[in-house]
Amino acid sequence: MVTAQVISNEARQEIEKLFHHLPHKQAACIDALKIVQKYNRWVSDEALQELAPILEMSVHEIDSVATFYNIIFRRPVGRHVILLCNSVSCWIMGYEEIKKALKDKLKIDFGMTTKDDRFTFLPIPCLGTCDHAPAMIIDEDLYRDLKPDQLDEILAKYE
Amino acid sequence: MERPLTEHIKQDGTPLSLKEYEAVGGYQGLRNALKVSPADVMNVVKDSKLRGRGGAGFPTGVKWSFVPMGDNAPSPKYIVANGDEMEPGTFKDRLLVEGNPHQLIEGMIISAYAIGASMSYIFLRWAYHEAAKRIQYALNEAYEAGYLGKNILGSPFSLEMDLHTSVGRYICGEETALLNALEGKRANPRNKPPFPQVSGLFGKPTIVNNVETFSNIPHILAKGAQWYISLSKSEGGGGTKLYGASGKVKRPAIWELPLGTTLGEVIEEHAGGMQDGYKLRGLLPGGASTDFLTPDQMNIKLDFEEVAKAGSRMGTGTIIVMDDKTCPVGMCLNLEQFFAQESCGWCTPCREGLPWTAKILLALEEGNGKPEDIDHLTFQTHYNAPGNTFCALAPGAMEPLQSALKHFREDFDEHIHTHRCKYQHG
Ligand SMILES: Cc1cc2nc3c(=O)[nH]c(=O)nc-3n(C[C@H](O)[C@H](O)[C@H](O)COP(=O)(O)O)c2cc1C
Ligand code: SF4
Ligand code: FES
Repeated sequence: MVTAQVISNEARQEIEKLFHHLPHKQAACIDALKIVQKYNRWVSDEALQELAPILEMSVHEIDSVATFYNIIFRRPVGRHVILLCNSVSCWIMGYEEIKKALKDKLKIDFGMTTKDDRFTFLPIPCLGTCDHAPAMIIDEDLYRDLKPDQLDEILAKYE
Repeated sequence: MERPLTEHIKQDGTPLSLKEYEAVGGYQGLRNALKVSPADVMNVVKDSKLRGRGGAGFPTGVKWSFVPMGDNAPSPKYIVANGDEMEPGTFKDRLLVEGNPHQLIEGMIISAYAIGASMSYIFLRWAYHEAAKRIQYALNEAYEAGYLGKNILGSPFSLEMDLHTSVGRYICGEETALLNALEGKRANPRNKPPFPQVSGLFGKPTIVNNVETFSNIPHILAKGAQWYISLSKSEGGGGTKLYGASGKVKRPAIWELPLGTTLGEVIEEHAGGMQDGYKLRGLLPGGASTDFLTPDQMNIKLDFEEVAKAGSRMGTGTIIVMDDKTCPVGMCLNLEQFFAQESCGWCTPCREGLPWTAKILLALEEGNGKPEDIDHLTFQTHYNAPGNTFCALAPGAMEPLQSALKHFREDFDEHIHTHRCKYQHG
């Protein structure tokens, strides 16, 4: 029986390259998860099953690593991920207001994805840009000193 | 006033290239180091009174001296730069890795030479995407120029260096948890002893230092220990320190100032004082896991001893300012929710105690507080005290809370008696 492969050959090759400097394959686990996520947007159960023999680990072991970290996604996410900082300096500087504005615009709450699969909206701890609070990251782009009236223009950049 | 770590960082926000770094004296410290023995390098760093900038202030040269040396020492040995910087309110290492990645790389190469390491990693916070690109670019430049790789600058010394970008968890900043993350595991802290200096990454001798700590090393080797000590206004340590402020001050930012600059000078002169319409109510002097200080403590020197004497910790030196329109109970709630979420779950007081603490604070904020809640919160500050937990995360989490209960007790009581938070609008 042939089942569809969720980790592409390209991603596999990139993972194999990690083993080069390392004393054992498990040490590449986190980077391998990052590579899977780069190609697939999130890490599915099927992906874990395919990773297990590559890393010479059990599925359970890999899952315990995958679920430990904040930005390995074990559930499907939209085409773009909005990570809004909810830590202390942003909270002091108006995080609540930005959160409410984003909720109203996207019509979803934290942890949800818009119906058109365009955005997933998540809270995230401090982004290390507290002198320009409030702040958020969309995909890999950082937005700082946020004001509610800038949000439309920012969101419009993401299809 | 000298600012060795930041004076060459460009205003336009672009990083120094290798050529630009060399033109302002870059890699001279490494050249000096390679002319003397590793033991000599270690001694210069000891004499400089450099203390770790990751929060605890441990003397760097002393830490290095615990690494086994000589022909029978285990190998390979590792050097790891801690650039996790996930403590809320902390943003100092970002400036160094974005503005001058070669300074960090040079500091790590010199440190590796001192302890005889042959492999090194930069462990970087996931959110620093731009910094990651710049570090990778700088690493390539350094390899090409012969500062990394085999036989560095024609010497017998060789070193490899790799960048590891984290996938986000505050506990990764704790040095033994960081080593587990680098090994591809869950980032639970490890038992100490053995200390990483003896048995660290993959069981081999490892030195973990903060990004800012390493960034000082090239200057110490270029200009000497006495010069470095003369930069400081503190008895307890040498050099400058990156201080920062966030919250409702006029000019939130990072400044490189003599170690031991007073709190008042940082807040009034550099941060420009409070924004119009806001008064200073209290502040966390060194990140989310430090005790509140109050406006009557502006004369204290920001160094490891004086801040401790004043009842807090210098921590990372990045100040979080609380104004009079921000609720102290709400601020504690925000902080404890963070710590509860980031607890690695390894030990009971932290795994059970932090969520409970956050739940009580949420009840207070929502108007459902009860008089006995104060006792429950006080109990948690003891239950999670140093010595009762496996690592320093939980005790750190209690620092803002225990000091808030002391300095802002009337706010806690008012929440309970009036069944509301008066700071919330609408
Ligand atoms: C929960 C926790 C988080 C930490 N996070 C960091 C961090 O992000 N960066 C850092 O340099 N040190 C952090 N530390 C301190 C490290 O364990 C370690 O002491 C430090 O990296 C040593 O470097 P230094 O001697 O140069 O200060 C953290 C400690 C704890 C307990
Ligand atoms: S104190 Fe918290 S973070 Fe540290 S080991 Fe215990 S559960 Fe983990
Ligand atoms: S608290 Fe939001 S960026 Fe630091």
